[in-house]
Amino acid sequence: MNHIAPGARAGIYHYDEIDRRFVGERVEQFRKQVERRLAGELTEEEFKPIRLMNGLYLQLHAYMLRIAVPYGVMSAVQLRKLSEIGRKYDRGYGHFTTRQNLQYNWIKLEDTPAILNELADVDMHALQTSGNCVRNVTTDQFVGAAADEVVDGRVYAEILRQWTTLHPEFTYLPRKFKIAISGASSDRAAVRVHDVGLLARRNEAGEAGFTFYVGGGLGRSPFIGKLVREWVAEEDFVAYLEAILRVYNQYGRRDNIYKARIKILVHELGLDTFRQEVEEEFERLRGPKYRMAPEIVAEIRKHFAPPPFEELAERSDILERAKATDPAFANWVAVNVAEHRAPGYAIATISLKPPGGIPGDATCDQMDLIADLAERHSFGELRVSHVQNIVLAHVKQDELYDLWQQLDAAGLGTANAGLIGDIIACPGLDYCALANARSIPLAQAISARFADPIRQRTIGELGIKISGCINACGHHHIAAIGILGVDKKGTEFYQITVGGDPTLTTAIGDILGPAVTETEAVDAIEAIVEVYLANRTGEDERFVDTLKRVGHAPFKERIYAAD
Amino acid sequence: MPSQDGSLKAITANRLRDGVVVFLGADAAWVEAFADAALFAAADADAALAAAKAQAEGEQFGVDVYAFDVETENGVPVPVKMRERIRALGPSVRLDLGKQAAA
Ligand code: HEM
Ligand code: SF4
Repeated sequence: MNHIAPGARAGIYHYDEIDRRFVGERVEQFRKQVERRLAGELTEEEFKPIRLMNGLYLQLHAYMLRIAVPYGVMSAVQLRKLSEIGRKYDRGYGHFTTRQNLQYNWIKLEDTPAILNELADVDMHALQTSGNCVRNVTTDQFVGAAADEVVDGRVYAEILRQWTTLHPEFTYLPRKFKIAISGASSDRAAVRVHDVGLLARRNEAGEAGFTFYVGGGLGRSPFIGKLVREWVAEEDFVAYLEAILRVYNQYGRRDNIYKARIKILVHELGLDTFRQEVEEEFERLRGPKYRMAPEIVAEIRKHFAPPPFEELAERSDILERAKATDPAFANWVAVNVAEHRAPGYAIATISLKPPGGIPGDATCDQMDLIADLAERHSFGELRVSHVQNIVLAHVKQDELYDLWQQLDAAGLGTANAGLIGDIIACPGLDYCALANARSIPLAQAISARFADPIRQRTIGELGIKISGCINACGHHHIAAIGILGVDKKGTEFYQITVGGDPTLTTAIGDILGPAVTETEAVDAIEAIVEVYLANRTGEDERFVDTLKRVGHAPFKERIYAAD
Repeated sequence: MPSQDGSLKAITANRLRDGVVVFLGADAAWVEAFADAALFAAADADAALAAAKAQAEGEQFGVDVYAFDVETENGVPVPVKMRERIRALGPSVRLDLGKQAAA
């Protein structure tokens, strides 16, 4: 087997023999389960929960396989394997999702054990991507690189991976359980819309600790995570989370799937009672068994040691010269490149949202190219962001121009990170069996309408997010402009919300008015943008701020006045 | 076969081994193209569906077996809902994929 060789690569956790043996055993079990299903020894009713535990869903056209990318970080070798699988077993592309993972849309059940076997060769799998377990923990896509980072979230996300994967108590929770960690001063992981959202921080003594938000979530009943405890010391991190999961496991509702998430439990018990239950459980649990010793944390942290950065000047003359001669590149740098904490380095976001494109889709050729570029420019490591883009976290500023030219030649050089073209869209009715309406065509029409990079920059920070049904996989609730697909007597309609916010000032958007058709929706978005531009006090007043100041009225008037 | 629009049904499933969309055709054989699907009067659809389910599940052939509405447009039967139109053709955003690509 060609396991990933440890070496001078950045931030990739290397599986040990225990991890490998476990993943290997699960693949073998599943192979036999598939054989028994195909032979009729298992009914669909018996088999379905088993296949879901291995990340395999049935969608409209075929099976869909969801590959785990723990905390969104992977190696170039792993991405190349994903591309190889996409070519061999799928249709030459993959879809990167808001859960920082990858989905294939055209998988055959009979091929799945072989696919899982190939994934295991590069320490990958589809565990904890489905079912009522603790799902793969998500984090900031700039982790370990961002200039504003306080604590490295990967360390704790990896601890959680090891702690939850084989935890018998957490395999049959009342419902799925999603945890997100952010360790920077700006929240890029949408922590307050997760079942548990963790802010990793440092106290005055420089020790790491966590703020716990519990009960956030989207879907049918959106809730913003509530502050359960301001400070949990690092050594109590696992104990406190275990206490929360135990309270949830005991009181969470198993009788009604719509009321089974922890957000409903927190809501129904009330925050104070919930907190009291957790604190009592925490007191019982606290002790040597659950204490996370500093040595353990240090051991895990070693895996995430910074890559061997060179000592470079703060600013790169090569970069400045390239910007001066190539305005398109200068625009990409201004929009898609973020500050790195090491002098002379930068964080580059590769947009998977070309104007008119399918958000999050990448062809296998593009994946191969990104893997090559990650190797050449970012220590062989890359990240998937929850906005469905790819991030090369450690690029020398000197090399940005070279990187961008290669990206641009492959249709990956779009400059729209965080702008109106950077749309999140779920698969919707083009693929998803639960959908009420299509999401992708609307995303394509909107990004094409706003293709002009100068217009996008003028509009500034403005997120559009689209879901094809109330499950809200496209995060529409927390978008500055959210779009929800609904079915009205067999016709697709779209409900527009405004004022959502995915950052720490989390807000759920409000419905602007009656749902509109697809064509009307694109015009309505343009009208909203025009009203914003006409009303803002200046370029530094963001859309959400203008909306707060002027309210819904001018927007409603403009969109609904005609009828 | 009744000709009144909206009162027709067809039966679909996903093939177990590969997930491919199939339709119940003539003589209770499963076919891959919607054009070859058998059409049932609404009154007969329940019995046909029950038989198709029993057969598909009994022989480990198909899963998620269900009936859906069909209407005729310019004399050609088409699924009423977008969901089954997309199942019959493929993703509307990737005309190179799915059954529409083979045509
Ligand atoms: C295509 C097959 C999919 C199915 C069957 C599916 C199913 C669901 C369901 C049933 C929920 C609601 C859960 C609840 O509230 O209890 C949900 C929520 C969610 N899903 Fe999906 N989903 C699919 C695809 C995706 C994709 C492609 C993404 C990423 C782009 C995604 C990410 C999420 C997120 C972020 C939520 C909402 C957050 C929350 O859990 O509250 N899902 N999904
Ligand atoms: S939001 Fe609905 S339509 Fe979109 S992927 Fe999730 S379940 Fe499917």
